[in-house]
Amino acid sequence: MTTTQAPAEHTRRLGRVGGYAGLLLVVLVVALPLYWILISSLKERPDIYTVPVGWFPDPLILDNYSAVGSGVAFTDYLRNSIIITSALTVIQVVLGVLSAFALAFLRFPGRSLVLLFVIGSLLVPNQITVISNYALVAQLGWRNTFTGIIVPLAGVAFGTFLMRNHFLSLPREIIEAAEMDAAGPLRMLWRVVLPMSWPTLIAFTLITIVNEWNQYLWPLLIADDASVAPLPVGLAQLQDTQGLTNWGPVLAGTVLTMLPILLIFLALQRHMIKGLTAGAVKG
Amino acid sequence: MATDLAAGAPTGTAPAPSPRPPARPRERRGRGLLVAGAFLVPNLVLLGVFTYRPLIDNIRLSFTDWNISSPTATYIGFDNYVEWFTSSASHAVLWNTVVFTVAAVIGSMVLGLALALLLDRKLFGRDAVRSLVFAPFVVAGAAVGVAFQFVFDPTFGLVQDLLGRIGVESPAFYQDPDWALFMVTVTYIWKNLGYTFVIYLAALQGRRAELDEAAEIDAASTWTRFRKVTWPQLRPATFFLLITVLLNSFQVFDIIDTMTRGGPLGNGTTTMVYQVYQETFVNQRAGFGATVATIMFVILLVITLLQVRVMERGQQR
Repeated sequence: MTTTQAPAEHTRRLGRVGGYAGLLLVVLVVALPLYWILISSLKERPDIYTVPVGWFPDPLILDNYSAVGSGVAFTDYLRNSIIITSALTVIQVVLGVLSAFALAFLRFPGRSLVLLFVIGSLLVPNQITVISNYALVAQLGWRNTFTGIIVPLAGVAFGTFLMRNHFLSLPREIIEAAEMDAAGPLRMLWRVVLPMSWPTLIAFTLITIVNEWNQYLWPLLIADDASVAPLPVGLAQLQDTQGLTNWGPVLAGTVLTMLPILLIFLALQRHMIKGLTAGAVKG
Repeated sequence: MATDLAAGAPTGTAPAPSPRPPARPRERRGRGLLVAGAFLVPNLVLLGVFTYRPLIDNIRLSFTDWNISSPTATYIGFDNYVEWFTSSASHAVLWNTVVFTVAAVIGSMVLGLALALLLDRKLFGRDAVRSLVFAPFVVAGAAVGVAFQFVFDPTFGLVQDLLGRIGVESPAFYQDPDWALFMVTVTYIWKNLGYTFVIYLAALQGRRAELDEAAEIDAASTWTRFRKVTWPQLRPATFFLLITVLLNSFQVFDIIDTMTRGGPLGNGTTTMVYQVYQETFVNQRAGFGATVATIMFVILLVITLLQVRVMERGQQR
């Protein structure tokens, strides 16, 4: 008995060992750089420039973080990031839901053309539109303003598409019943459609927050100083001024830029992943 | 609900006439149009003004000699295009773009699939590792670029330390263009791996497990099982990722800007997107920048349409 079972048992155990070896490797590759960045941001300046590398900060100090707080206008960058991200998220979610509702439930001529117009814009990278948009924004006198950063980024294509697909998947009978009751469109949206759509809406919101928090090229072009520049732009500025000679504060700034979004992500990752994978898998 | 009512209705009788008159179709349609307009117009205007208008405007600008802060652009015909297609700098840029994009697409898809297969198995702690793998995807590319410049620092960085342990000297990531491109590509894959991973994982979880089990009973080898049973079911996810990852990696700016500024040695890691930025905003040649942007858009459009074509054909079979 035992002799016939042995080979199968053996391969299975080998498979498990291999699995855990893989797991360990993944953890090392992903977590080690993050750990390294974190401990380096907690080291004294001479310790950062020491070979061989110390794997634990000794002494462990917070000076780099206070240097970031005082040296450059990091709190200003943080405030700007919050303003830009909140404004864009509210605008995009509202516009996306309204557009998706119209495309899913309202009958009007040219609906499929409008849908094509929205989806087609997904094929136009931001990096191609920056030249002409920059000239327009400069002409309007919007350079170095929140308006100049926010308005050109406010159109929403992906979210519209995501919400529309979700709306179309809602049970038809309920929608038709609501239409029969002659509920006004806003009432129908608020009372009937949205209560059945929270998970997708949360996913859409999270993806928007992450995208806008991480915006770099456009605010880099439009912002001149700390009055409107968001964190990633401020961080690049910090890297410019301190750069290779004083990594401590730069890395502390990096940690502070990454941290808020990582916390949001850890709390709500399931919702976000749901939004990203919707539509990708069913084909 | 509706079916219950229908079942309950006495058979043979015609459905009761609606109490309301057949309801003023013209008026309702008029109102529908009005509401649809109110719901859609703000978004359509934004997309029109800030996505489609600049796309068209770009084409016009690509035929001009123009400094972005000047109000007038001089028409110069195809000069910019001739310059781009004949200059050796542009060939280097195109080569960088191709190498970076191909490596990023293949690297993140192969590794993403491998990770998804690994973390689809019942292993202790896999949920935590899944979160960990996805985490870099949500942080700012600029922050990752800044941090990884230090990670790759040839004298004090993490990579040189690890290489030193096996007796290898760190390559000159900051000075050698090839190694710089390698560094940027690895950083990009590290940051974006989480995306291909979750898409593949979702596809694996949505596949038909009974097929796998049948194959297992047939005692098919792991490789055969993957190739004959799992892989075909992953095809939609693979096509989706090919398109999105290619579009995304083609457009990368933040990591290159923060890690290398397109250097070393002039254009060691300059991709087309970076060239657009550099020509337009650094060298003050917005007309030429618009030319590069237009060429880039045409390339992306052709690739995307080809992929969609292939995908449709794949689905018909």
